Amino acid sequence: MKESSGSSGLRTYVLTRLALALPTVLILLTVVFLLMRVAPGDPITAALGARLPAKELEKRKEEAGYDKPIISQYGEYLGQVVTLDLGESVTDNRSVTSILAENGSATLELTVAAFMITLLVGVPLGLMAGRYRDGPWDVGGRLYGIIIYAFPVFFLGFLFQLLASQFGWPTSGRASPLVEYDLDSITNFYVIDTLLQGDWSAFWDVLQHLFLPAFVLGLTISGVLIRLIRVNLLQTMRGDYVEAARARGVSERRVVINHAFRNAMVPVVTVAGLQFAILLGGAVLTEETFNWPGIGSELVRYLNQRDYIAVQGIVTVFAVAVVIVSLLIDLVNAFIDPRVRYR
Amino acid sequence: MRQRRLSRWLAPLRETTGVSRWMFWAGVVIVAFFVVLAVFAPLLAPYGFDQVSDAGVRFPKQGSPDGTHPFGTTVGNYDVLSRVIWGARTAIEVVVLAVVFSLAIGVPLGLFSGYVGGRADRVLVLIMDALFAFPYILLAIVIAFLLSDKLGQGVVTAAVAITAVYVPQYFRVVRNHVISVREEPYVDAARALGAPRRTIVSRYVLQNVIQSVPALATLNAADAILTLAALGFLGYGIQPTDAAEWGYDLQRAIDDAGAGIWWTGLFPGLAIVALVTGFTLLGEGLNDVINPLIRARSTAKPEMPGRTGGEGEEAILSLDPAPGTDRPRGP
Repeated sequence: MKESSGSSGLRTYVLTRLALALPTVLILLTVVFLLMRVAPGDPITAALGARLPAKELEKRKEEAGYDKPIISQYGEYLGQVVTLDLGESVTDNRSVTSILAENGSATLELTVAAFMITLLVGVPLGLMAGRYRDGPWDVGGRLYGIIIYAFPVFFLGFLFQLLASQFGWPTSGRASPLVEYDLDSITNFYVIDTLLQGDWSAFWDVLQHLFLPAFVLGLTISGVLIRLIRVNLLQTMRGDYVEAARARGVSERRVVINHAFRNAMVPVVTVAGLQFAILLGGAVLTEETFNWPGIGSELVRYLNQRDYIAVQGIVTVFAVAVVIVSLLIDLVNAFIDPRVRYR
Repeated sequence: MRQRRLSRWLAPLRETTGVSRWMFWAGVVIVAFFVVLAVFAPLLAPYGFDQVSDAGVRFPKQGSPDGTHPFGTTVGNYDVLSRVIWGARTAIEVVVLAVVFSLAIGVPLGLFSGYVGGRADRVLVLIMDALFAFPYILLAIVIAFLLSDKLGQGVVTAAVAITAVYVPQYFRVVRNHVISVREEPYVDAARALGAPRRTIVSRYVLQNVIQSVPALATLNAADAILTLAALGFLGYGIQPTDAAEWGYDLQRAIDDAGAGIWWTGLFPGLAIVALVTGFTLLGEGLNDVINPLIRARSTAKPEMPGRTGGEGEEAILSLDPAPGTDRPRGP
C-alpha cells in the first residue's frame, strides 16, 4: 500500500493486475478440466457409448488421446486453449470455435441489449433514490430492487409471455422463420445484418424478437444497479467538493447534476464488469425460456447429450471471458478513478 | 444471564428506525409462513406432490382452478396447490443443507487463511477468487450434473451444487474480517498475555467475526432459492417424482404461457418470489441491525467524515465484500 505518484502508480497497478489475471485463468482452466474428468467415463463413451461398437469406440478414444495419462491430457488441453482451438463436439462434429461464432453472437446480442435495458431503468431510478433519500423514490427504488431481484428470469419471462401472447407478440427464437431464412449472416448479429441489408420489415421483426428476452434479463439485473448508484450518490453527496461547491453558492441543482451525479456514475463501470458473469449465467436461463439459440442453450443441449468436449469448450470460453472482462473493467476503473490505484 | 444476553442482542433492533425495522419484521413473517408450510406440508397439502388421481378419478390435465383444485392442475396432471406447498418443504430443506454445508466449509477455511496468512493464504485466496469469478449458474449446473450419476437428482445433490457456489463468499467475508480483527489491540493483548492460539482464534477472533455471518447466510439463503429453482428449470435439479420443486414446475409451465394457461406457472413463481423476498428482507434487516455504520438511528444522525467515512457503504463499492454486504447478485 505504498503511496506513489500518478503515472507510475498506474503502471504498477496495471502490471500487478495483469500478473494476477494469469493465475486466475490457469486455476479456472484447471477446475474446468478436473470437473470434466470427474465425469463418469471418457467423453467418447459417454456421448456415443450406446451407438457405436466397442472397437470403434476404442479407435476414437485413441485418436482423441483419452488413453494417455491424465497429466498429458491436461497439457494438451492447456495447449488447445492457448492455440484457441478447443476441439470438436463428439456428437455433431462442430468445432467449438464455430459454436462460438454462430451461437455466441446470439448470446452477445442478447446480453448487450439486456445491459442497455439495465442502464435505462437502473441509472435514473438509482439517481432519484439517492437524491431524495428516504423519500418515496428512495423507498420505492429499494423495494423495487428487492422484489425484482426475487424474480427468477424464467418466471418474469413466463409472465411476459402470458402478456405477449395476448397481443401476438413473438416469444420464441431470434426471428420469424421466413425472415431467418432470407437473412444473409454477415456479422451473425441479426440486428446489424438486417440493417446492413436495409430490410426494414426484417429489422422490425428481429427487434421484436429481441425485445422481450432482453427486457426480462435487463430488468432482473437493474435492481442491483439501483442499489449501487444510490449508495454511491449518498457517498458522493457527503464529499468535500460537494460541500465546497455548496459553499461557493453553486445552486443545489447544479451541485447535484455537475458534481454528485457524475462521480456517482464511476462504479457503473465496475458493476458492468461484475454483472457480466451474472448476465452470462442469466443468459443461459433466458435463452432456455425464450428458445433463444445462444451459447447457453447450446451448453444445456450438449450437457444433455453428455458431449463433454463441447461442454468443456463452452465452459472454458465462459470462464476466460469473465476473467478478461473483469480485467478490462479494473483497468478502465484505474484510469478514470485515481483512488483505485492507491489501494 | 441468557435473558440479558438476548436483550443485548436485540438492543440494536430497537434502535433501528422505520424502514429497517419494517423490513426485518416483514421478512420474519414471510419466512415463518414458508417454514410452517414446509413443516406441516403433509397436513396442509390436499394431495401428495406426485399424486395424479384421487379415489380412482384421474386429475384433469391442465385443468383450470376450481373447487377441488383451487390452483388448477398441470400438464402432468399434478395438483398445483399441493406442489406449491410441498415445494416449500423442498426449498427449505435444500437451503438449510446448503447453508450448513457452506458454513461448515467456508468459515473454517476463512479463519485458517486469515489467521495463518502467508503462502497458504495467498493460494486459497487465488483459488476462491477464481471460483467467485465463475458464472455461478454454470458452476452449479456442472456440479449438479456430475453428482447426479452418483447421488441421484435429489435434495443432497442440489444442496452440494449450491454449496460450491457459496463457499467462496463465506471464505472471503470471514477471511477479510479475520485479517482486520487480527491486528486489533485486544487480540494483541491476549497474545501478549500468552493465550494459546486456539483460545485466541476461537474466543477473540471467531466471536467477533461470526457476527457478520447471520446476515450473509440469510442473504445467501435467498440466493440459494433462486439457484435451486434455476437448476430445476434447466432440468438438473430435483426430479418431480422425488419431491416437488418450483423451478421444475415453471419449466413445465413455460409452454403453457402461449396457450394462455396461467395457473401452472403463476403460483410456483409467486412462491419463489415471496420466499426470496422474505429472506432478502430478513437479511437486509439483520444487516442494518448488525452493522452500526449503516444503521440509521432514531436519534440525530451521526456526522460521517468525508470520502473515507461510512465503512459500511464504502464497502459496497469496493470489490471485496465487507462483512454483511452483498455482492451484486444474479437473477
